[in-house]
Amino acid sequence: MEQIGYSKKVMEHFMNPKNVGAIENPDGYGKVGNPVCGDLMEMFIKVKDDIITNIKFRTFGCGSAIATSSMVTELAKGKHVDEAFNITRGDVASELDGLPPRKMHCSNLAADALQAAIKDYKTKKAKRG
Amino acid sequence: MERIYLDHASSMPIDPRVLEFAERYLKAGFGNPSSLHSAGLAARRVMEEARKKIAELINAENETCIIFTSSATEANNLAIKGTALRNIEKGQKVAASAIEHISVLNPMKELQKSGFQLSIIPVDSTGMVDMEKLKEMVTNNTSVTSIMYANNEIGTIEPIKAISEIVHEKSAFLHVDATAAAGRIPINVQNDGIDLLTLSSNDLYGPQGTGALYIKPRLRLQPILPGGGQERGLRSGTENLFAIAGMGEAAMIAGKEMAQESNRLKAIRDKLIEEILKIDEAYLTGHPIQRLPHHASFRFSRIEGESILLNMDTMYHIQVSTGSACTSRTLEPSHVLLAIGLKHEEAHGSMVMTLGRSNSMEQIPMVIKAVKGTVQRLRELSPL
Repeated sequence: MEQIGYSKKVMEHFMNPKNVGAIENPDGYGKVGNPVCGDLMEMFIKVKDDIITNIKFRTFGCGSAIATSSMVTELAKGKHVDEAFNITRGDVASELDGLPPRKMHCSNLAADALQAAIKDYKTKKAKRG
Repeated sequence: MERIYLDHASSMPIDPRVLEFAERYLKAGFGNPSSLHSAGLAARRVMEEARKKIAELINAENETCIIFTSSATEANNLAIKGTALRNIEKGQKVAASAIEHISVLNPMKELQKSGFQLSIIPVDSTGMVDMEKLKEMVTNNTSVTSIMYANNEIGTIEPIKAISEIVHEKSAFLHVDATAAAGRIPINVQNDGIDLLTLSSNDLYGPQGTGALYIKPRLRLQPILPGGGQERGLRSGTENLFAIAGMGEAAMIAGKEMAQESNRLKAIRDKLIEEILKIDEAYLTGHPIQRLPHHASFRFSRIEGESILLNMDTMYHIQVSTGSACTSRTLEPSHVLLAIGLKHEEAHGSMVMTLGRSNSMEQIPMVIKAVKGTVQRLRELSPL
């Protein structure tokens, strides 16, 4: 079934998103977007020795917002935080076999949410010394 | 799984009876209605018959009041620009409600660019035109005022007769876009006091590719598509005979079956509304009583409309519509939902269901199950 130009992979991640939910006492937390714009994402990470051991998300938004959130958690899981920080919006889109052009910006905030969570982790870590 | 189509406001399947009727004009190789030989005359007769059937559906004075166009969009453009430009001595003001279709609002904005003043009349939270504002905003310099018969996104039916009285007090012309209402509720242009009325073929189970404009006798318009002078000089271009014949037949069937079909759909719609409003934080959009009999529209908090649409379609094979920004070309939420006072985040969670002939009461438990399942799943994903 084809809907508004989404790839099969986008639909798979929309219908069966990976790593949905919240983590209690996360080592890093990121929140991007705004319900007024129609997209809001929360990213939770658990980190051990700078490796992302667990990651979860919650997203309010359209099909691509949910699919990109799911994909970015899959890409980040098990990676070093510095490596995960370099995951771009473009990486997420290409892993999903592309997004419709008008969805590239507004609904592709998942990488930003991950970066926010990693920044939060690093700030907390620095404070601890 | 059975497919359940609940998006009749976007497109309706052509009625097989209409197709059978119109197909013969496609196959028989009729002439050009403008030709004077027998083949041309036969084509002309088909067109005049269709005109008559459409005139009857809306109780027009006679069939010469009906002009065929390529679509309701073109009919709206012709009604607004054609009337405003031809009657410019009346004044350079036009007015429309805030919830008009974009094919009404955009020609008005175009007039605004060429020096006309445009008044946008607000609506209340149910989508009803603010009558006090209408009285204030329509003035003696207003040439065309456009108010839709009923809204396609929220189903609200406007009090056209009362609106007409206000508009005519200022000697302005009233254009009514009846695309969503025609064939669903009775329309009587003479009783309602309508000067111009837009109809769409494919919203009557007719073929796509044609629309019609009713023009009250003696009202003068300037053509917006000049050429060979078809359609009393108001709409040049060889007529789409197949679609016109089909639209006529569709209008006749709609007139005959409307009362019974609307009652049937109204019962299904009421059940849908009753059950869906039981869901936590689900709200009806539009007017609870003055609404089209086939129309049920909602919004759900904390979830987004495109996701609702995708989930309903993929998981349950049920097709619905939404006014969410994420499905629009502009990435702005529906202007209709904003006009009834919804915040952006509220407008994002909209879902519209429009019933038609393929729907039955037996489908409702499945639809309710699907809506409940969809709302629950998306809320589980949502951080709100």
